[in-house]
Amino acid sequence: MKLEYIVGIIVILFAVQFLYGVAANPDSEFGGADGAAEDVIASINPDYEPWFGGIGFEPPGGETESLLFALQAAFGAVIIGYVIGYYKGKSEAN
Amino acid sequence: MHIFEGFLPSPWWQIWFVISIPVILYGMYQLNKLVSERREVVPLLAVAGAFIFVLSSLKLPSVTGSSSHPTGTGMSAILFGPAITAVLSVIVLLYQSLFLAHGGLTTLGANVFSMGIAGPFVAFMFYKAASKAGMNFYLNVFLATAIADWVTYVVTSLQLALAFPSAEGGVLGSFTAFAAVFATTQVPLAIMEGALTALIMKYVVQIKSDVLVDLNVLTSSAVTKLKETMQ
Repeated sequence: MKLEYIVGIIVILFAVQFLYGVAANPDSEFGGADGAAEDVIASINPDYEPWFGGIGFEPPGGETESLLFALQAAFGAVIIGYVIGYYKGKSEAN
Repeated sequence: MHIFEGFLPSPWWQIWFVISIPVILYGMYQLNKLVSERREVVPLLAVAGAFIFVLSSLKLPSVTGSSSHPTGTGMSAILFGPAITAVLSVIVLLYQSLFLAHGGLTTLGANVFSMGIAGPFVAFMFYKAASKAGMNFYLNVFLATAIADWVTYVVTSLQLALAFPSAEGGVLGSFTAFAAVFATTQVPLAIMEGALTALIMKYVVQIKSDVLVDLNVLTSSAVTKLKETMQ
């Protein structure tokens, strides 16, 4: 079987598990697992305070954060597309 | 997914730096050598780095009701080995901690260890062993990548458990609690990432197999066989 079909099936299964997740956790906002880990720390050691504040740039809100994540993804995708296209063009030229 | 800034008390954040820094330095040495001796691998190196960039920006919802992201390190581990993957991971983790307030500078050592060193190392060993045993190349890539992703989160859970042992269960007790958050969320993501990486590797075999032979990822006879099955 072609690898593309297998990957397609896995993508569909992934979407199904997500939909099942939505149905099973109707109140969830699908927050980050790192936030959930913070809650675990809070339950193990309620007195723990982070001892160091970030010195980097903190996105002023969810929208800006999405922008920066989208830029990160776009930047990577451009490089992947460029190189694969470059290789393909080269192999066809030979 | 990364451990937040300030969330690892002394001495843990220093310990992870001490463990990670030599690997990163060795990776930089290897990277320098690779780039100066084999110019033709540079584009592929860019793809491996960009792949980590893209995948670690995808926050995907999972069946447990929380979101996490794949690591993208499996491909780089298979192609270039764990030390170079550690260097690529540092770049991505620095971007995320400086611009997105995800992860952090004090926890960088721990995050590089889990994502850039431990996961890729296990994946690399798995890939080499399985390819020696004659496993199908794409299945091997799929499994190695999924393992890299999953091991990363198991190690993250362990790092947190060591720093925050619970009063009743100790380190093991907290490990179970952290692993319940990370590892289960990650299982579907790891499978997805493995499948995606296997597909990209198929295209690399198709159009640039000589580099794979050059990097000792595949033997030339294995490439010929893979290409035959593609026709």
